Amino acid sequence: MMNNAVEVDDLFVVRGHREVLRHLSFTIPSGVVTGLLGPSGCGKSTLMRSLVGVQQLTSGSVKVFGEEAGSAPLRDRVGYVTQAASVYDDLTVAENLAFFARVLGVSRENVDRCIEDVDLRSHADQVVGNLSGGQRSRASLAVALLGEPDLLVLDEPTVGLDPVLRRDLWALFHRIAQGGAGVFVSSHVMDEAERCERLMLMREGEIIAHDSPEAIMDRTGTGNVEEAFLKIVETAA
Amino acid sequence: MSATTMTARSAPRARLEITLAVAGRVLLQLRRDHRTMAMLLVLPCLLMTLLWWMFDDSSSMVFDSIGPALLALFPFIIMFLVTSVTTLRERSSGTLERLLAMPMGKLDFLGGYALAFGLVAAVQSVLAVALSVGLLGMDVRGPVWLLTLVAVADAVLGSALGLFVSAFAQTEFQAVQFMPALVIPQILLCGLFIPREDLPPFLEAVSSLLPLSYAVDAMQTLTQTADTSDVWVDVLIVACFAVGGLALGAATLRRRTA
Repeated sequence: MMNNAVEVDDLFVVRGHREVLRHLSFTIPSGVVTGLLGPSGCGKSTLMRSLVGVQQLTSGSVKVFGEEAGSAPLRDRVGYVTQAASVYDDLTVAENLAFFARVLGVSRENVDRCIEDVDLRSHADQVVGNLSGGQRSRASLAVALLGEPDLLVLDEPTVGLDPVLRRDLWALFHRIAQGGAGVFVSSHVMDEAERCERLMLMREGEIIAHDSPEAIMDRTGTGNVEEAFLKIVETAA
Repeated sequence: MSATTMTARSAPRARLEITLAVAGRVLLQLRRDHRTMAMLLVLPCLLMTLLWWMFDDSSSMVFDSIGPALLALFPFIIMFLVTSVTTLRERSSGTLERLLAMPMGKLDFLGGYALAFGLVAAVQSVLAVALSVGLLGMDVRGPVWLLTLVAVADAVLGSALGLFVSAFAQTEFQAVQFMPALVIPQILLCGLFIPREDLPPFLEAVSSLLPLSYAVDAMQTLTQTADTSDVWVDVLIVACFAVGGLALGAATLRRRTA
């Protein structure tokens, strides 16, 4: 099943006086995990904000499931996690999820399932402000999973997590993708690239490669994604 | 599953549910913060007692004339501060962006806040009014419950303005400083220090444009006469300002930002 979750056409975003996204056109399929890799400041977050419809576009269009990104029919179909944990510090994990579940109109069972999914069962009754950075971002991830979204947009969800947990979360992303949803995950750590079925390499507001990790490595004749990234940048220069 | 939940979403019942969810969450956060809760409920009572004590030796007339105005001021100032800081937090933590990306209307969000802070203000006012009238002997000719209603309207007004200014502040520091800028001129011109009709004509005109003038006016009328028709006009004007403030606040909640 390779339906397109996202179709981006000539997306151009200027913030301040900086061209953050330079005329991007691409599609993101449903049913697989697509990784967005690039150094800090290359425009990853702005691109993700554009997909969920909270970024003002200078020109171009972003369509999600055929609708304009951020439009009303999409709001319970897209889950979004920002880099900063968007949860209430003075509430417990369970209270946070219960609140967002009410806003989304989903059942209490979803709350328990999502807490389980991000492995926060033992911290469910702790106030989020007292948790570690990794635990807080997992609480934020759990909120995004609540509505069983058809598209999941995750901005660096695995930063600072212990390797075991990182592996578990990637397994979770793949399970969600196998269920038919599109999963779009950004990272600035190149070694996470190999966990994705599809890969977008980004640098200075442009997409320099968009393919499967194997195809990208084959084409550049390199053994890992970091080398491939360097090779592409050097050939272009 | 999307199709069924989406139809449920646009129904009024679902919207009410979201408003109640927001209000419940705001109250839960307040309950966690014992110090803020204590300040909200106890501080107005202590200040009323201080005022009563100040004029204990002189005539009780002063307490009767300034006291009601202060009962209008406290909920306004306190709710202005509390709301501007909480909504600023909501903006900067990313939770507002997350909520706006969910099927939540701006008015559901604002309604939730207004409901939660309106409730807190009601409790706060009931305590302050009961203390002032019951123990400190404030002389009120009109119905005491109407005094509380005016105080609640003031609180909602304060919340609405606080919400609005939070859009123009980047830090909690800045948000707090809007208090002297927006609130103190209203205190000076509302008729507390000098009757409004004795102000220079220009300032009198300005004071007629400020919501607090009507709130204080309502309180003073209530202490002086049992006739409530003027009070209702004042309450209506304060309510209009509050709705206007909420509308302005709604305009500052943007789904898309640069």
